[in-house]
Amino acid sequence: MAAAGSGRTVSNTFAPVRNWLLLPTWLTVGIFMLLPIALMLVYSFLTKEFRGGVIWEFTLAAYDQFVFDRGLFGDEAPSIEWTYITIYFRSLVQASMATLLCLLIGFPTAFFIATRSPSTRSMWLFLVTIPYWVNLLIRTVSMKFLIRENGPLNQALLGSGLIDTPLQLINTNIAVQLGLFYSYLPFMVLPIYAAVERYNFSLSEAGADLYAGRWTILRRIVIPAVKPGIIAGCILVFVPSLGAFLAPDLLGGAKTFMIGSLIEEQFKGNAGNWPFGAASAMILLTLVLIALLFYARAQTKEQV
Amino acid sequence: MFKHCVRKSLAVSIGLSAALIAGSAQAEGKLSLYHWFEYIPQELLDKFSEENDVEVTMDTYESNESLLASLKAGKLGSYDLAVPGDYMVEIMANEGLLDTIAEGELANKGNIQPQWVDVPFDNGRKHSIPYQWGSTSFAVNRDVYTGDINTTDILFNPPAELAGKINMLDSQGEVLLMAALHLGMEQCSTDRDKLKALDELLQSAKANWASFGSDVAKDVLVSGDAAAGQIYNGFSAKARAEGANVEYAYPKQGYVVWMDNVVLLKDAPNRDNALKFMDFMLEPENIAAVTNYAQYSAGVTGAEAFTDPELAKQPESAPPEGSAPGAFIAVCDQATQEVYDQLWTRLRK
Repeated sequence: MAAAGSGRTVSNTFAPVRNWLLLPTWLTVGIFMLLPIALMLVYSFLTKEFRGGVIWEFTLAAYDQFVFDRGLFGDEAPSIEWTYITIYFRSLVQASMATLLCLLIGFPTAFFIATRSPSTRSMWLFLVTIPYWVNLLIRTVSMKFLIRENGPLNQALLGSGLIDTPLQLINTNIAVQLGLFYSYLPFMVLPIYAAVERYNFSLSEAGADLYAGRWTILRRIVIPAVKPGIIAGCILVFVPSLGAFLAPDLLGGAKTFMIGSLIEEQFKGNAGNWPFGAASAMILLTLVLIALLFYARAQTKEQV
Repeated sequence: MFKHCVRKSLAVSIGLSAALIAGSAQAEGKLSLYHWFEYIPQELLDKFSEENDVEVTMDTYESNESLLASLKAGKLGSYDLAVPGDYMVEIMANEGLLDTIAEGELANKGNIQPQWVDVPFDNGRKHSIPYQWGSTSFAVNRDVYTGDINTTDILFNPPAELAGKINMLDSQGEVLLMAALHLGMEQCSTDRDKLKALDELLQSAKANWASFGSDVAKDVLVSGDAAAGQIYNGFSAKARAEGANVEYAYPKQGYVVWMDNVVLLKDAPNRDNALKFMDFMLEPENIAAVTNYAQYSAGVTGAEAFTDPELAKQPESAPPEGSAPGAFIAVCDQATQEVYDQLWTRLRK
């Protein structure tokens, strides 16, 4: 059986049992991914029960609450509800900035590693992954220790005379950015590294022979060649940053809800509004899927 | 969702160790607790295990609301006992999540201090027994601010020294009740003008708050990340013991009083052992062990004989003469509660 068009051939050895062999995968995907998402979708259209739980009557109330503001007492004429849009927008901006930061630092890092001799490369990769042997929560709390007002970072800066008053980093967006950047940097470095490693450097030389400057070579040859790695890295950083809760909570002081904490509040907070929590999660999922669809379309266009 | 991982892993490890210790003894019966984090000394569980030949397992939760959510999401029937706070006892009873303790089923019921028998959230103690009680107000770092702290202005209209250095509890009930006390308004209000004033107060006060966090309430004071913070009295005492120069306030406008209670859950798989555990926790010596560990107050007659004498002298557990009374968090009806829920979301937007 040949896969149409791709030119790849698939062995027939396992053809009769192929579906059975794939069964564990399908079951895993079905039970642990599709089923929970379907449940969430259904719940988002149910009526909320006071203090948690649902009543099995279908309604659009959860989505209505997301979009329309009916005033504090719920009897004013509906206008656009900015509360949740603001929360989503803030999370999107935060995740985009973390992605950009990771890209700016991650790309040169990956390039550096990929251009070392093969024997030292694995050592560099190993160094990049070492912090990830420690639990994310511990790393985030440690970051808090480092940057607090009387923490080592401020002590060192004060001691060296670079600053006169301690930097107020903790409970700011900068701290959250720092936390996200530190948490997800390897997710950027590793895919880009994999792409750069496969890159044929004689292409750069050819470009140079044709009088392309360094910047032009990077822009016109290297980046297009390693683009799949860059995009994969961006997705791997952006998506978890969007739902991040540890860094905003511990480093940002939880003063404002992020998407993750907003959803949590619906299930574990006072509100106990499960349909709204499910609807918020579905809206987030839809946003992410739209972004991925655009990526997929861009990819297929390039291949044609 | 996962912000409470520390405590969860703690819960798992405590649960595992309890299971291992008790399991090795080939215990006869079982008892399954659903308890607050970091609240009960392991030795006490071991003692109960040995005395009654019962294998004790414990899971922990970090807020009354997450206890409720978890039970409603299908955990009812897997635990025997839980330890909800005052208002949550009433909510859980209304939701039909609690079993009734029949007259005479608890041998030590007479040990409950008289003032804690006919409580507003469980009149006559049909579902619950007192566990620990205390107050929630706030503590101020005296190195930073030396003025009068016995006023809710500290949180809602702070002096310049404290502005921007205040941690609030990440708990809707406690924050909104404190704000209501500041304005002198009733709980579960339906007065629109008052509710709008409450909304405005919260929005304006927010600018002076550095962070929201319940489990970190003590740490931020000890580390200096916050110079003032809403806090439970026992937590404040612990902060002081850890070297922070903090003073616990008894604001003249009032403060929050709370009481945690052991409740018998509906469909408890080990009902008999659950009742045994309740009787066990009504023994003055045993409940005093919790008091010594958590630094709150017991609601059992005679417990004082076994508590650390230092605790009684703590300023955190002794309101000064003539201070305002504390208030329990009230349980509102659905329409009223939805307005308060909105105030909370608007505060965090």
